[in-house]
Amino acid sequence: MKLSKSRVIKNLIFKGLLVLSALLVILPLILVFIFLLQKGSTSISLDFFLNDPKPVGEIGGGMRHAILGTLIMVSIGSLIAVPVGTLCGVYLSEYGKSKIATALRFTIDLLTGVPSIVVGIFSYLIFVVSFKSFSALAGAFALSIIILPIVTRTTEEILKLIPRHVREAGLALGLPRWRVIFNIILKGSRNSLMTGVILAISRAAGETAPLLFTAFGSMYMSYNVTGPMASLPVQIYNYAISPYKEWQQQAWAGSFTLIIIVLGLNLSAKFLFNSKKLKKFFVRKS
Amino acid sequence: MNLLKKLGPISPSKQDKLAYITLRFFSLIVIILLILMIGQLFYASREAFSEFGFKFIFDDFWNPIDDEFGALPFIFGTVVTSLLALLIAGPVSIAVALFITEYLPKSISSILGTFVELIAAVPSIIFGLWGLYYLAPFVKDLLTPALKAVFGFLPFFQGPSFGIGILTASIILAIMIIPTITSVAREVFRSVNILHKEAALGLGATKFEMIKIAVLRPSFSGMVGALVLGLGRALGETMAVAMVIGNTPQITKSIFAPASTMASVMANEYAEAESDLHLSALCLVGLLLFVVTFVVNLVARTIVWKQTKGASK
Repeated sequence: MKLSKSRVIKNLIFKGLLVLSALLVILPLILVFIFLLQKGSTSISLDFFLNDPKPVGEIGGGMRHAILGTLIMVSIGSLIAVPVGTLCGVYLSEYGKSKIATALRFTIDLLTGVPSIVVGIFSYLIFVVSFKSFSALAGAFALSIIILPIVTRTTEEILKLIPRHVREAGLALGLPRWRVIFNIILKGSRNSLMTGVILAISRAAGETAPLLFTAFGSMYMSYNVTGPMASLPVQIYNYAISPYKEWQQQAWAGSFTLIIIVLGLNLSAKFLFNSKKLKKFFVRKS
Repeated sequence: MNLLKKLGPISPSKQDKLAYITLRFFSLIVIILLILMIGQLFYASREAFSEFGFKFIFDDFWNPIDDEFGALPFIFGTVVTSLLALLIAGPVSIAVALFITEYLPKSISSILGTFVELIAAVPSIIFGLWGLYYLAPFVKDLLTPALKAVFGFLPFFQGPSFGIGILTASIILAIMIIPTITSVAREVFRSVNILHKEAALGLGATKFEMIKIAVLRPSFSGMVGALVLGLGRALGETMAVAMVIGNTPQITKSIFAPASTMASVMANEYAEAESDLHLSALCLVGLLLFVVTFVVNLVARTIVWKQTKGASK
């Protein structure tokens, strides 16, 4: 059968448009990368990681305090959110039919959709208002609310991948259900569960909005979690909108660092997670 | 394993019960957390609400110095930037989703898929920085003159451009919501019945016609869902927008003019709010944003859920 010319041409045009849109989507990502490489790599140095900021006009200075601040707050945030999120994920996958599970699923959906700035306001109202001071703790709490739904979601999804007969085999051996869940199912999918955690952490590490008025930011190295603390994203924001060239330079260097951290975490999570491997593990074991 | 020894005397069924209660306890805590969040927002915004009532939504002046607050300029900014972003990102993301699911071999499609996911991973603040120093000059020097030359007769494309403004914010938002729309659209396209596709091809349709008949038409509602989900993300986006929109609480016809969104005003003013009424008004803006994103996400999820569930039967 011969196709009419116009149909063939339409087909080609359509394909061309799809290719074009694919290029269009990748373009900004590449542009952002080039921008950061150009601007960031020239202003980054060892000093940048080892020094605290200097006043405007003085050369040098770095973002040690902000990098450590991010590390501290993200750590505290995940210490709160990862166990709770995992338990919620377990509850959803193992006891997912009760009314509370439905409510929890709805809650998690909703928490995923809440704008992070609103999370920041909530944390402000709870911590900053009651303690009358900006604090790293408030920032960590806000970050934990961002981490929690991601961890719960991925935990539920991953545990659902595990075949039923694994659970049945465990129960048939006479193990109580909770040991089947914790010692067999959770332990076996440890690596995959880690991917969800890493993704959540990388997301939290880049968050700015909820930290603006919880941890607030500071120009000094601080380990005091009840006081204001600098973080990489907030520091970038403050520097980026400042009128000083040196500070803007620092903002680019900071962004370069941040994107390497975030994308590095993301890609490593992607390599860690392998649902095929997960299945194989359980099939072989059973 | 000390705990296990201690648990020894407890019968296995009691142990299970204990584990179940623990799991349920933490689940309840998370649910209560959300209720607490909503309650807190209501409580914190009560002062502004009792002062302005529903007028708050329709008043278009925002003046912290005189304690006069109306959220209309921010609602305007949020709605306009989000819709414009959807207009830019929608067709492109759906095209990419089609390209990935229907055209590319698996090995390449996963690479392109990873690229799109990476866009979602880039922190908002970095898009903001890029927008401020790279996109804004581009919009000012190249895009604005080009748009003016073609559409200059329309009121939306008039007025001076400073680079920062509604258009720049919308472009950034568009980039940021592309991964959301693409990933949901991919899911929707994947749930299309493969027999229908084969039938269309068997009847002699070209690939384009097959996609039109067997893929796009049945997944229409799912695509709408994907777009609405993208809209939900765009509404709440804060930092990137705050950095490139210009933060001027005004309602303008021109898309080149600076404006302000609900999220950006909170980011800009919250830490510096002096009066209680100002703080409360900002909380009310937050509450409004929360309610709007909630409704939008709910609608989107319902649509997508129905689509992908119905098709997989």
